[in-house]
Amino acid sequence: MIKLNPKLSQKFSYTLLCLAAIFAIVPVLLMVFIIIKNGASAISWEFLSSMPKDGMRGGGILPAIIGTLSIVSCAIIVTLPIGVCAAIYLNEYAKDNIFTRIIKLAIVNLAGVPSVVYGLFGLGIFVMFLKLGVSIIAGALTLSIMELPVIITTAKSALNSVPYYFREASLSLGVSRWQTIRYVVLPNAIPGILTGAILSIARISGETAPILFTAVAFYVPHLPHSIFDQVMALPYHLYIISTQIPNMPKDVIYGTALVLLMMVLTMSCVAIFARIYFRKRRKW
Amino acid sequence: MQKVLDLIIEKIIFICAIASIIFVILIFSFLFKEGLSFFKNYEVSKFIGGHFWYPSSDPASFGILSLIVGSVLVTLGACAIAVPIGIMTALFISEIVPKGARDVLKSLVELMAAIPSVVIGFVGMITLVPLVKSIFSLPTGLTAFSGSIMLAFMAIPTIVTISEDAIRSVPRHYKQGALALGATKWQTLRRIVLKAAMPGIIAAVMLGISRVIGETMAVMMITGNAAHIPHSIFEPVRTMTATIAAEMGETVRSGMHYKSLFAIGLVLFLITFLINFIADLFLGKNKNT
Repeated sequence: MIKLNPKLSQKFSYTLLCLAAIFAIVPVLLMVFIIIKNGASAISWEFLSSMPKDGMRGGGILPAIIGTLSIVSCAIIVTLPIGVCAAIYLNEYAKDNIFTRIIKLAIVNLAGVPSVVYGLFGLGIFVMFLKLGVSIIAGALTLSIMELPVIITTAKSALNSVPYYFREASLSLGVSRWQTIRYVVLPNAIPGILTGAILSIARISGETAPILFTAVAFYVPHLPHSIFDQVMALPYHLYIISTQIPNMPKDVIYGTALVLLMMVLTMSCVAIFARIYFRKRRKW
Repeated sequence: MQKVLDLIIEKIIFICAIASIIFVILIFSFLFKEGLSFFKNYEVSKFIGGHFWYPSSDPASFGILSLIVGSVLVTLGACAIAVPIGIMTALFISEIVPKGARDVLKSLVELMAAIPSVVIGFVGMITLVPLVKSIFSLPTGLTAFSGSIMLAFMAIPTIVTISEDAIRSVPRHYKQGALALGATKWQTLRRIVLKAAMPGIIAAVMLGISRVIGETMAVMMITGNAAHIPHSIFEPVRTMTATIAAEMGETVRSGMHYKSLFAIGLVLFLITFLINFIADLFLGKNKNT
């Protein structure tokens, strides 16, 4: 065996690592580029604000956009308070015992359940058992359980980053534990909690499998009237038009993919920049 | 008054905290209930070991071996690509690039994780699938191989983010010790840092696997959905997740086919539960170092 010069082997390995990073990141950038390049021409005000025509081949995607927004906003309204409360418990109240460990294990496992299994569960519980039917609310509840572990984890780390002496100072003034959390800990953790929430909104906007049997329909000729309506949703719409409809004009598919991608990426970017901004501004 | 209010709020907080446990139990018991009523009429061994998935023929056959093989094949393929690249990228980001570039790269990886799986599936369908077909001159480009490549890009962000955390949490004096003894940076990285971060990296790989095996939309669009046991990675396969997603729409509610899909869901749930449990053990180990 030839023994390589350590300096040379370092150079060689660093190049290899650099290549790996390029290989991991560049194809994804390329994907985004392909969608932007081919989809940009399809985007117009009419595309964003009118109903589909000719069996989805023409017209716009307004009902799909509205559908996704309504499912996602319902989901976050349900999951954010529960998630933040759970995070408060874990970070502020929980003792290090078996019970806490079980909660943590449950959260880890909830995070790992495949999205399609959430879809099955939502179908069984919300659509069939609670008789909500295939509706916005059934899909939103399904997504809210799916998002719960993410919200808890990000909210917990936001609470955890508030220094311990903040709490000590408040408690030593005779303020109760909850009042301390409410007036000292939470206000300082809000930016972190919100960025986590935006990130998870971005993530669930692109989810298809959980809403497949719980909320979406192939085509709904009107906009939703209430949370008990079936809706169209962007990711499902993209799936349908790219696999199920023959002779689909390519630019409409690219346009739909671009709208979905931009929605998700814009929200994620906002969250990431907000996090950087608040970290810099932090007083401690 | 204030005390009573505090008490009520603390109770509410506690209930929210046990919500996760309740949901896990609900999901499991629900899948278990539907699965059990399926297994009353269909033997478990025939379900797991059966070669043929003909849910709507008469008599119906519910063997999911080909689906399990499909899932495993696609997952292994994706891991073969994503694990080395993911770990190397994590090393690159955490130890080699300057701090400013590191934050940019980390944000970029985070953005990659946000790309919806339908979008990945769609791009794969129009770019990679025809490419695979022509390069390997196959009858179809919708193969396990194409699925593995696209899924690798979904696993890479998970693997990079978590391994990077593990690598960064290696105590600095380990490195300083090695460097002081005259080791080069790369020797330190490979022999010290990588070893110390190994439990976290293993956890990262497990979580990446769990993401790939549960992935639905992209595999449904790219792998060709043929329910047979493939002879090579260049054949169409069908995964467990894709079967549930593709067939649930057309089943009769509470019929055998419907229940069989819940039984597949139960198998998937148990597999991912196991993987996540192991990953969690490794993550816990990592914190102790």
